Amino acid sequence: MTAPDILGPENVALPATDPASAVPTGSTVARAARPALLTVDDLHVHFVQSSGVTRAVEGVSFSVRRGEILALVGESGCGKSATALALMRLLAKPAGRVVKGRVMFDGVDLLALSEAGMRERRGRDISMIFQEPMTSLNPVLSTGEQLMEPLLAHLGLNRQTARARAMELLTMVGMTDPARRLEQYPHHLSGGMRQRVMIAMGLACNPKLIIADEPTTALDVTIQAQILELMRDLARRLDIAMIVITHNLGIVARYADAVNVMYAARLVEQGGAEAIFGRSSHPYTVGLIESIPRLDRPRQARLATIEGMPPDLMALPSGCRFAPRCPRRIEKCQEDPPLETVESGHLAACWRAAELFAGAGSASPAAATAASPQSFADAAVRVSVRDLKRHFTVSAGRRWFGGSATVKAVDGVSFDIRQGETLGLVGESGCGKSTIGRAILNLDAVTAGSILVDGQDIADKRARDVRRRTQVIFQDPFSSLNPRMNVREIIGEALAVYRLEPDAPHIEARVQELLGQVGLMSYMADRYPHELSGGQRQRVGIARALALKPSIIVCDEPVSALDVSIQGQIINLLDELQQTLGLTYLFIAHDLAVVRHISHRVAVMYLGRIMELADRDELYRNPRHPYTQLLLDAAPVPDPVIERRRRPQVAKGELPSPINQPRGCVFSTRCPMASAECSAEVPPLREIAGGHHVACIKVQPC
Amino acid sequence: MNFATALSAPPVRRRGAWQKIIRFAVAQPLGAAGLVTVLVMAIAGALAPYIAPYDPVAISFGDMLAPPSWEHPFGTDNFGRDILSRILYGARTAIIMGLVSATVGSSLGAAIGLASAYFGGLIDLLIQRVVDIFLSLPIIVLALVVVAMLGRNLVLGFDLNLILAIAIPVVPNVARVVRSSALSIREMAYVDAARVAGYSTRRIIFRHMAPNLMAPYLIMLTAFIAQAILLEASLSFLGLGVTEPSPAWGLMLAGNAVDFYRQAPWMIIFPGVAISLAVFSFNLLGDSLRDWLDPKSRLR
Amino acid sequence: MLTYLTKRVFMMVPTLLGAAVLIFFMLRVVPGDVVEVKLRADGGSATQAVIDAERSRLGLDKPLPEQFATWIGGLARLDPGESMWTGKPVVEEMGIRLPLSIQVAVMGALIATLFAVPMGTLSALYRDSPIDYLLRVCSLAGLAVPAFWFGMVIILVLLWLFNWLPPVIYTPFLVDPVANLSQLIWPALVVGTRYAAVVARMVRSSVIEVMKEDYIRTARAKGLAEKVVVVRHAMKNAMLPAITVIGLEFAFLMGGLVVTEQVFNLNGIGQLFVQAVAHRDFILVQNIVMFIAAVFVVTNLVVDLLYAAFDPRIRYR
Repeated sequence: MTAPDILGPENVALPATDPASAVPTGSTVARAARPALLTVDDLHVHFVQSSGVTRAVEGVSFSVRRGEILALVGESGCGKSATALALMRLLAKPAGRVVKGRVMFDGVDLLALSEAGMRERRGRDISMIFQEPMTSLNPVLSTGEQLMEPLLAHLGLNRQTARARAMELLTMVGMTDPARRLEQYPHHLSGGMRQRVMIAMGLACNPKLIIADEPTTALDVTIQAQILELMRDLARRLDIAMIVITHNLGIVARYADAVNVMYAARLVEQGGAEAIFGRSSHPYTVGLIESIPRLDRPRQARLATIEGMPPDLMALPSGCRFAPRCPRRIEKCQEDPPLETVESGHLAACWRAAELFAGAGSASPAAATAASPQSFADAAVRVSVRDLKRHFTVSAGRRWFGGSATVKAVDGVSFDIRQGETLGLVGESGCGKSTIGRAILNLDAVTAGSILVDGQDIADKRARDVRRRTQVIFQDPFSSLNPRMNVREIIGEALAVYRLEPDAPHIEARVQELLGQVGLMSYMADRYPHELSGGQRQRVGIARALALKPSIIVCDEPVSALDVSIQGQIINLLDELQQTLGLTYLFIAHDLAVVRHISHRVAVMYLGRIMELADRDELYRNPRHPYTQLLLDAAPVPDPVIERRRRPQVAKGELPSPINQPRGCVFSTRCPMASAECSAEVPPLREIAGGHHVACIKVQPC
Repeated sequence: MNFATALSAPPVRRRGAWQKIIRFAVAQPLGAAGLVTVLVMAIAGALAPYIAPYDPVAISFGDMLAPPSWEHPFGTDNFGRDILSRILYGARTAIIMGLVSATVGSSLGAAIGLASAYFGGLIDLLIQRVVDIFLSLPIIVLALVVVAMLGRNLVLGFDLNLILAIAIPVVPNVARVVRSSALSIREMAYVDAARVAGYSTRRIIFRHMAPNLMAPYLIMLTAFIAQAILLEASLSFLGLGVTEPSPAWGLMLAGNAVDFYRQAPWMIIFPGVAISLAVFSFNLLGDSLRDWLDPKSRLR
Repeated sequence: MLTYLTKRVFMMVPTLLGAAVLIFFMLRVVPGDVVEVKLRADGGSATQAVIDAERSRLGLDKPLPEQFATWIGGLARLDPGESMWTGKPVVEEMGIRLPLSIQVAVMGALIATLFAVPMGTLSALYRDSPIDYLLRVCSLAGLAVPAFWFGMVIILVLLWLFNWLPPVIYTPFLVDPVANLSQLIWPALVVGTRYAAVVARMVRSSVIEVMKEDYIRTARAKGLAEKVVVVRHAMKNAMLPAITVIGLEFAFLMGGLVVTEQVFNLNGIGQLFVQAVAHRDFILVQNIVMFIAAVFVVTNLVVDLLYAAFDPRIRYR
């Protein structure tokens, strides 16, 4: 294996990217003609528990060829993970079982094999990579030990040979200093590095197939890009078949050759990536693609959304499972549609598939009436943050008399938010965006700097009324509602405590009003959080915030934990509420497209500092800071045609530890444009054009 | 406005208290058995004056050391006292002592743990140090120290100091567990939301944190009732708990019993079985409660 | 590692000091002490003058902080005073009884651990099987059965089945191992039962938790045999919290000794403690309590060190 050409300054090297591989049309055709390595035939998986039978997978069939990347797409509960686990025969016993179907792998039916036979193939011919790199490695065994295990077990190598091969593997996945890495333990490695180790373990015995279950969901955007590029590169070079399970359509568009779309345990559409995106023939696929906020199109006034929620797999409706939510449903949908061919290699399970197929491509994106850009320059300043710093000390390990280190979570941030506008705060983990949110809410004390709301310092003890004007919506729908209070109590608490309504009947009326405003039915008031879905809980959280009649709401990643089809609903709701109630938002998120959709201005943060601040359209159209450019490059667009033409720049290296911040410009260690001067001093946030601020010495004002 | 969102959700059947208990019984049969046993013992103890065939302290030299028979189903002891009656009355003592001590101890411990967790900082540190010191002693040693401190103090036939002696060792144990539960609740987003809404500390503690501590508290309470019963029996056995002539299971195994058990094993078998059964049932109940209330298992 | 060790040893001192303060002042909170008990027990009537003289002799009339300082100073010199009841030095009273108690405790702990760890593991791996239910019931029984009753039952059974009773006089192990073991095995068994129950439950829940972890799934996905997955991947992680429990519970074994020695009529620390409490012999009580606290603190230290040795997250920070 040749060592990669481009080495970054940090611990991680880039895989060699061959420009030619960015346009793989020729190779795709060649790949499709090969015989299938894996053929899944009518797979059915059930989970049997005392509460009932969950039909997790029903009648799924597909095949994968060597060197091909197949994406299994769907939202939570659609059965994609269950399918993967069933292929590996790793379903959790005794509840999970394959009740029907065949899985032909290289000529052998995996489901019919004995456990010993299957174990031989697991880890050797078929490997699996899981979602959570932080917990998927054994903390008490060294990396080397875990990496050598499949080599020793399957290939029968002696320890010396195994060690050499392990070093080779680490180099292959782009880790520098492999000898040292072998001795280290998982807690010494970052998330991205651990995932590379997982990939190395998967490659150890030269497998023919690798199954990756949401391999990058838990990683930062720039690291995601690195890992996915690596995986694609390996698949092509080593001729490995790959099944990637994801809910992110952008990733599918950029990397997949073939796509399977699953909904409620069934396959609803199947075909090549271009066909699925360009000529979608199932309403669910259409709805999914349309409901994702996109970076490559003008901002729509409203996101197209899919109404309703996925069905309960224990109590499935008869007929088409998507029908209750389908905008195109007809009488016939009471009968279950079979998976039928729309064009060669492209199948869809819908009675109206042919119509959709014919109509697709000509339809312009729904509701493309671009929202007119608003200027808030004249509006009153509601929130004013000046030179905010939040530093805290952590004891560096178990050393008693040794150092305690300072983490600079936020290091000198200033901005204003004006009445009626939404300021988006975007960045990767550790950038400080949530810390800023918490500081504005007065949840955590600041080390330095000031926060003024309507001109008053929120740290002032007497400023209680002012502080009440700022409310919050949290990210995690599970921990943001008190499990012991029902919806009525949650929303109505503020009304009672602050006597916003004179008596119980008035409180009830207001609670109902709020429920209506957030799109919940009145009978929801009696429910408890564990009886609600994620999207419903977020709505309750919003209603709770609204009960206090706030003027400013800090939205801390409010849709990150929700399914794609639900995200759009919540975003639209927040948008609407802003229009009707004249709210001001601070919108914190890591998803660039979502932030773009809802914000008027966007600030990009990195390691506690603002790198760039600009009007929404200006930022996405004309990003000047190298970090912003990298971020935008790393985020794929759900359109394979566009993705094929892109040559995204992938970030070098890992996110620096917040304890050891780089000197001068914090981004200098990973910046493609960095030079010696960048480490000398911290670049100030300068206005280079009207309203467009950049913190980079290399960027000249226009 | 999105009513369709709500339409898809199936209506939820509200479950009453009785149905909850029945579901618990079905899901956790062992726990249900424990609960039933405990209830039977409690009722037997409560009704002791009505159902005990003999006066538990009545001495009858003619019937000394009589083996189990129709007249004396559990036999008699070396004073001719009917063992069955003493066991029934002993149930009263055991369950009342156990319940009261455990409740007093657990409640105090929970309050301390909750305060420690909420206020944090120096208060927390100080309380933790003291709790740690107390926790470095076995429960019975601590109880004996309290006994050494206080001596006896009878009120309404019950030794208040004994109750204290059993309650005090419970306090630090509960405080520690409640503190760590409370700390994790304090990190929850809904507590943050309450702080952002500007609610008073008091409200946050009592309305938001405390109700979510009920589950661990209940589980610990049952476990400590069991411990308390055992502790009371041990102290009585050592002669430092309940004293003659009050009927108490531990007492029935102390002193004289030791001399006689070789001739009359029924003197010790029945009281021992009674203690074991009581403790066992409470532990069973506590274990099953823990399994059932585990939020990860969603078996409600 | 050395800095860690030093740090931990330093931390022991304030804890022990705190315990000393607590126990000292707790005992003196309520009026009435050993002198009264001694001189007024059995209805004897001693005059106030005699009582005062006795108090003075024992140093009980000095101000409390001074008494405390005397005691602590004595502890540092390993001469913590004399028993108020017998008058003999505490060191002597405790010294002759320690070997017996320690032997019983160690034997009990060994038996318990050797039994509990495998049983707990098996119970976890074959969850909800008959073996699991049996073990869970046995553990609960072990926790529920009063130690003293269990001891009595053992004696009864020995009597019935073998018409034999354990020897009453203590012979050190080195003098006559057979007599020694035949006497002490039974209290060791009794004391070990509760210990075994706690450890078994802990091991069981620890193994169950570990088996649910993601890295176990990864190990299986690599195609490793289930045995390897359990032993190599699961056990190492599961034993870490178990070590903590095994260590801590050992210190609590002494609680069990208190009643067990009574049943088997052994002249150990437990018996001494009960007598001291009955006599309100504060000096003896506080010294024995300090000893127990010291055992606990030292055991804690050992456990922490073991943990640090086995957990690479701490060893290689």
